[in-house]
Amino acid sequence: MSEALKHFADTYLMWNEGYLIWISDILIVLASIGIVAALTYFKKWKWLWRNWLTTVDHKKIGIMYLLAALLMFFRGGVDALLLRTQLAQPGEHFLSAEHYDQIFTTHGTIMILFMAMPFLFALFNIVVPLQIGARDVAFPYLNAISFWLFFFGAMIFNLSFVFGGSPDAGWTSYPPLTELGFDSGPGENYYLIGVQISGIGSMATGINFIATILKLRAPGMKLMRMPLFTWSTLASCIVIIFAFPALAIALALLTLDRIIGTDFFTMYHGGDPMMFINLFWVWGHPEVYIVVLPAFGVYSEVVATFTRKRIFGYSSMVASLMLIAVISYFVWAHHFFTMGAGADVNTFFAVASMMVGIPTGVKVFNWLFTMFRGRIRTTLPMLWTLGFIPNFAIGGATGIMLAAAPGDYQYHNSYFLIAHFHQMLIGGVVNGMLAGMYYWWPKMFGFTLNERLGKWAFWIFNIGFYICFMPQYALGFEGMQRRMYTYPTDMGWGSLNFVSTIGAYLMGIGFLFIVWQVLYSLRHMEKDTTGDPWDARTLEWSLPSPAPHYNFAVIPTISDRDVWWEAKEHHHTSDLLPKVDQIEDVHMPKNSARPFLLGLSFFVAGFGVIFNWYVLAFVGLAGIAACLIARALEDEEEYVLPAEEIVATEQSLGRV
Amino acid sequence: MKQGVWRRWSAISIVATGAIVLTSGCGSKYFVLHPAGPVGEKELHVILWSAVLTLLVIVPVLMLLAWIVWRYRDRPNNKAKYTPEWSESRLLEIVWWGIPIVIIGILGVYTGKVTFALTQPPEKDAKPLTVYVTSLDWKWLFQYPGQKIATVNYLNIPTGVPINFELTSDAPMNSFWVPSLGGQEYTMPGMATRLWLEADKPGTYYGHGANFTGSGFADMSFHVKAESPAQFNAWVKSVRASAHPLTTAGYKQLRKPSTVGDLTFSSFPPNLFNNTVWAEGGRYMQNSMPSMSSTVSTLGKNRGLTNHSN
Repeated sequence: MSEALKHFADTYLMWNEGYLIWISDILIVLASIGIVAALTYFKKWKWLWRNWLTTVDHKKIGIMYLLAALLMFFRGGVDALLLRTQLAQPGEHFLSAEHYDQIFTTHGTIMILFMAMPFLFALFNIVVPLQIGARDVAFPYLNAISFWLFFFGAMIFNLSFVFGGSPDAGWTSYPPLTELGFDSGPGENYYLIGVQISGIGSMATGINFIATILKLRAPGMKLMRMPLFTWSTLASCIVIIFAFPALAIALALLTLDRIIGTDFFTMYHGGDPMMFINLFWVWGHPEVYIVVLPAFGVYSEVVATFTRKRIFGYSSMVASLMLIAVISYFVWAHHFFTMGAGADVNTFFAVASMMVGIPTGVKVFNWLFTMFRGRIRTTLPMLWTLGFIPNFAIGGATGIMLAAAPGDYQYHNSYFLIAHFHQMLIGGVVNGMLAGMYYWWPKMFGFTLNERLGKWAFWIFNIGFYICFMPQYALGFEGMQRRMYTYPTDMGWGSLNFVSTIGAYLMGIGFLFIVWQVLYSLRHMEKDTTGDPWDARTLEWSLPSPAPHYNFAVIPTISDRDVWWEAKEHHHTSDLLPKVDQIEDVHMPKNSARPFLLGLSFFVAGFGVIFNWYVLAFVGLAGIAACLIARALEDEEEYVLPAEEIVATEQSLGRV
Repeated sequence: MKQGVWRRWSAISIVATGAIVLTSGCGSKYFVLHPAGPVGEKELHVILWSAVLTLLVIVPVLMLLAWIVWRYRDRPNNKAKYTPEWSESRLLEIVWWGIPIVIIGILGVYTGKVTFALTQPPEKDAKPLTVYVTSLDWKWLFQYPGQKIATVNYLNIPTGVPINFELTSDAPMNSFWVPSLGGQEYTMPGMATRLWLEADKPGTYYGHGANFTGSGFADMSFHVKAESPAQFNAWVKSVRASAHPLTTAGYKQLRKPSTVGDLTFSSFPPNLFNNTVWAEGGRYMQNSMPSMSSTVSTLGKNRGLTNHSN
């Protein structure tokens, strides 16, 4: 009996692997006990179930995405600090090679798929319906399914570290290293299944928001009157629906290789590992535009609002968004210029990649000229936006350098590359998501965040960023490769790595300031009673903060691009307020437990596949089938919100 | 007041970082910036030109940003112009669509030229030396088909002679990189790729696998010793005379995942490289390597395989 227990503990719980696992176990147990105890003590179980787990309200789903993204930011950040600690000096033995490999894999996967993606989905959900004058997204039920698939995909992935072992072949998961012959544990299966499940959710989100933006705009909101954040969401979602299927296929085929022994990407038997690498980047490169386009949208909103000026070159901004979305499909091979494809292929992809610099450059100039002859208020969203521009200029420059194929032969897989993409993904995406979070925070929660703590966070994080990543460009020229768990003293890489690690810790401290800022602001709340704390321009600011669950009592008619700003300028904001006699009954989507249960079923099925426990997998699949059948047989998915109730709510908000 | 302190601190830390980067730099350990051969030099030119051309855009952008933020900050007594409705200018738009297009046009043409040039031997007159490179878990095997010797984790090459590296892998994909001599190329199982390099100056150069291959990856370093052709020939002779042969059994042993030090072999099993590439029907990337087609057809004939082009 004790032998069997020990076997289980060593094989699945990995207690023989040392203190990192034990600490994680203890933290997970403590956190779980804490959550359960708090929910029970405050009698919040019902509230959790009714208001959150079964909700189909886009605003609440957005908030859950945001919470998940911040948690994953923390997890991915801890991973990063472990990596940087290991690399702080040559010959360090803080982590073993195996743990280092697992941690850089989870760091990359989590930051891209379980931090950046939910962060932008949070903003899509919270902002887009309010910006275009809609009561919800086109398919609220599907929206909830998307969230729970993401959530359970992320859960599966995060579980791997303490149950069975994490994937350890990099977030790119190249075969044949990821084939059974080289990587037999469950770790790689965790990656394949976790990413696959959340990827299905992402595709559904892409479809949902395209439909929402194309079909649910308020009367008068022509495409060329849409706010730029909505445009960027549309561009990003178009990229999602064309790119994610490639990933789904690549992961599915590799999963088949691993669980039933096919040879799509194996070394022998006619398998072709390069095919996976092509498919992966056919998704992978568009993926970076998927995450950065919405950030561009945020910057456009923020710059216009905080300079009190119309966005400069609106049509040019729209054109460049769409152009980036299109070019993004023609650049994937720049991730493997060194594969030995011919000079013709490399030249094509090199020039195509450089061309991305044209529309992105145009955007930067348009932001600059929006500020030009404006009045710049350095609030938190604006600070993160201003911090983004130098990052994007430098990262863009190194991006062009990387696109020049002969140069890339020297930078490829070196720390130069690492510095470049962190500058784009942190400086471009994280800055944008945080700017968006600060900007729309009052719209989500009805209060603003403390500026003083936020400024500390901004400066510490950004200074930390440069201290962390500028040395890494230099390390690339010194020949340091990525993914080495340690390096010898005589290479002379020690001092720059040490500096870089200091920077990483500063970024960690910056993040803690954000956490402190949120907790502090919860206690010392500065309520937003106006609904428009920033003196902003677009439709969502005409609503109270937070918006009532039906959003608009009466769907407004849109006459201008910056409709709220124009209304304020010309003193006819009352046009955007509801009139009692116009308020009618509203059909609202019903809450449903099924999206949650469907996600849970995917989790169970996925878990079964990961460990080849097919009974469990079958139970999960049966759960999925049951949820789908139940949905198909459902008659009443909406309820009527009576006009009187809306009138009462609007009266209590002082709007009628 | 507080902001002033902040600015000073950030300035100090940025200057300090810059100083560390620069002072620890500019030495010979910046391999990429101090190439020891014509391939690395060509690549350095691309690196420098692309840096200069992009600086043409980003320096004005950064200066403009600083000036605009200062000039148009929201202060009560700021006298700068404020034009909240001004949002279109065809002329400005043409300027900033146009300039990047011109810059990228120039850089694109130059990039294409060098990319094509790098597929050719760096020197047309000298007779090249061929080295077969096989990446294994977690070591490098180098075979000299002309000299019939083999080494592990180090290789000697003559200076002034273009080296034709033919690359494959008998393990997960890796990448063969000697930053002082030039850029890298993947080593892929079931395929062969080619990389031209050449050393002009004698010296010992650092090399390392650049594509992650699992837990022993950090140990996959090797060194390249460039010496005069006479010294190289003397070394070949001494290896033939003194080292042990690499047998088929020995290769099987070597292929197993492990890390080893430098090894030297006086011979290797004939066709070892080709057999590795063609094991269970590998394929050459024919399209990409016109100058390799002779090797490909010989390989096909040798193995009685004709059907394996994709």
